[in-house]
Amino acid sequence: MRRIISVLLENEAGALSRVVGLFSQRNYNIETLTVAPTEDPTLSRMTITTSGSNHVIEQITKQLNKLIDVVKLADLTEGTHIERELMLVKIRAVDSERAEIKRTVDIFRGQIVDVHPQMYTIQLVGTTEKLDAFIESVGAALVLEVVRSGVSGIARGARTLSLVPNPVRVSS
Amino acid sequence: MEQLSGGDMLIRSLQEEGVNLIFGYPGGALLHVYDAIFRQDKIQHILVRHEQAAVHMADGFARASGKPGVVLATSGPGATNTITGIATAYMDSVPLVVITGQVASHLIGEDAFQETDMIGVSRPIVKHSFMVRHAKDIPLIIKKAFYIATSGRPGPVVVDIPKDMTNPTDKFDFEYPKSVSMRSYNPVVDGHPLQIKKAIDTIVAAKKLVIYVGGGAQHGQAHIHLKKFVERLNAPVAMTLMGLGAFPCTHPQALGMLGMHGTYEANFAMHNSDVILAVGARFDDRVTNNVKHFCPDATIIHIDVDPASISKIISAHIPIVGSVESVLKDLNSALDKKTIDRERFKTWWKQIESWRNRRCLDYPKGEGQIIKPQRAIESLYRATKGEAFVTSDVGQHQMFAALYYPYDKPRQWINSGGLGTMGYGLPAAMGVLAAAPGSVVACVTGEGSIQMNIQELSTCLQYNFPVKIINLNNHYLGMVKQWQDMQYGGRHSSSSYEDSLPDFVKLVESYHHVGIRVDRLDDLDAAMDECFRMTNRLVFMDIHVDPSEHVYPMQVRDGNMADMWLSKTERT
Repeated sequence: MRRIISVLLENEAGALSRVVGLFSQRNYNIETLTVAPTEDPTLSRMTITTSGSNHVIEQITKQLNKLIDVVKLADLTEGTHIERELMLVKIRAVDSERAEIKRTVDIFRGQIVDVHPQMYTIQLVGTTEKLDAFIESVGAALVLEVVRSGVSGIARGARTLSLVPNPVRVSS
Repeated sequence: MEQLSGGDMLIRSLQEEGVNLIFGYPGGALLHVYDAIFRQDKIQHILVRHEQAAVHMADGFARASGKPGVVLATSGPGATNTITGIATAYMDSVPLVVITGQVASHLIGEDAFQETDMIGVSRPIVKHSFMVRHAKDIPLIIKKAFYIATSGRPGPVVVDIPKDMTNPTDKFDFEYPKSVSMRSYNPVVDGHPLQIKKAIDTIVAAKKLVIYVGGGAQHGQAHIHLKKFVERLNAPVAMTLMGLGAFPCTHPQALGMLGMHGTYEANFAMHNSDVILAVGARFDDRVTNNVKHFCPDATIIHIDVDPASISKIISAHIPIVGSVESVLKDLNSALDKKTIDRERFKTWWKQIESWRNRRCLDYPKGEGQIIKPQRAIESLYRATKGEAFVTSDVGQHQMFAALYYPYDKPRQWINSGGLGTMGYGLPAAMGVLAAAPGSVVACVTGEGSIQMNIQELSTCLQYNFPVKIINLNNHYLGMVKQWQDMQYGGRHSSSSYEDSLPDFVKLVESYHHVGIRVDRLDDLDAAMDECFRMTNRLVFMDIHVDPSEHVYPMQVRDGNMADMWLSKTERT
């Protein structure tokens, strides 16, 4: 089953390689991984999407927690959550195709961020499925280049993953 | 405030940690540090002949004493030579601080002379690692390194120090931190009271209980609480290779080692149990055999300080995260409130006695003057009255030393269980002697393993480590040959050295040690006694044993715990 694991990580040199190394060392699957510093410059926030049986996911969270640089983590898929991915995509757009593509972009609430006589560069934000669906609607034949950010996720409601204690804490 | 250079801060920090011995080998990147060592007299440096051996020595030191071992190795090849030692310590949860030199900061990444990305190379086999980026951080990093190495599930920590960080002309205020706390690292010590209660309820209701003891029970005072608990319950105890001695092997409730080469009674008791209390053990594949068939009727209670070890291989019905010492103490307290019917295991013990009567460790004595390897270990046990520290290498001799020398004390049996590192035994024995000078230390080895770190005979001469090397010489890589005999139709692919073995007696004599060759059974006991009479000398006993001998019992591959070969022809 697909899971989204959020990790608060010490913003130290080498911390990222410890996480990535753990996944390859223990033969766990990584589908996407995003990482960036947070409002607290000593912390990075990482979102990993992975898949595996419950047993494997339990091991992944335990092994991640064992890394000294991991401060806290939560499996977002255990509760309701919001996930977003950013995609930049270059699409061939010539003649009559241009209008049709523009319509599709509007339907998906994307934006055309760069225009060229033969192509559009489109920015789209959404869940992984939405981005996949966009590519499918446009048709793979027109897609010239795709860049995806990987998933970033956050829990819905009062739950937060942070150092500050809060009334309803996500499991850590 | 005192002003010190990075090199001096490093050595002072080690002194503050109570370190009095370092095992290492100098080189360009560490010359400032070695100069700092020269200018003090609180820490002695043992100069090894190969960095791998330095790590094994520190490891033997740590396992014998319970204190962290410290290693110093230079950048590049010095650092990479430590890798096998670090991996060995990692697999067996041994607290080490391995300090490696690194090329100067401005050269990092330029493929400089003797540059290796040590943090990268060692990453999968360390508990944690640090690269020093500012010399002033050295005291805090060393404090953290020792804290991490020794707390929770112990393990090796690498500290990589670029040469310019130890420059004698750059000085900083030195103050060693009194304590350290890390927001991302807070190992659990005490077990959850609810889990303790569940565990004790299950234990007192059990009819066929087995206590399965691993290396985690070697730490602190765990063995005292363990013995008390086990005796109050009158429960049988099976030990892993790493757990031997945490409960006395000669105790009437001890069933000996379990697993691949475990005893008939230990493996049968496990397989037929209704409750297993796993104490600091991790259900290694050398224990469980095929996990699908593992102990089908058992409720598993698992105590481990490392949550990731629980339910990794075998799902625990009652997990207890905490140090073995603390949890056993709490289990004893919880037991106070229970009435224990000592008769309730009567039927269980009767069954176990019937398995014991199979006498699975009996072996054919052989003809004439042939020396069976088992017999050599029995001779060692007799000559040392069962009280020696025994280290071993890896292979048949290791299993014979585990099965035929019953260890009664924790930390007495020291071997590379997880990684299975040939070449471990001799340097580990040296480390034991460094930790406990004057004690009797035997290294049980084979002619294959001993050659993997034999250069340390020279270090033994320099620092007078009177290790007693018990070389079970069968002219083969015995365990490889055994598997080839059993599974590859006796095709001995690259498991013999033909006639290229050295004359070990002459070899050790060239290092001014004593060598004794034993070929005849009649000479064995007298030679063994003579060996241990020479308390201040390194003695190399080259004992020529029966090359056709196999280690039994041996689990049948892919079976359950109780599927075993008991000899070349009998199986369960």
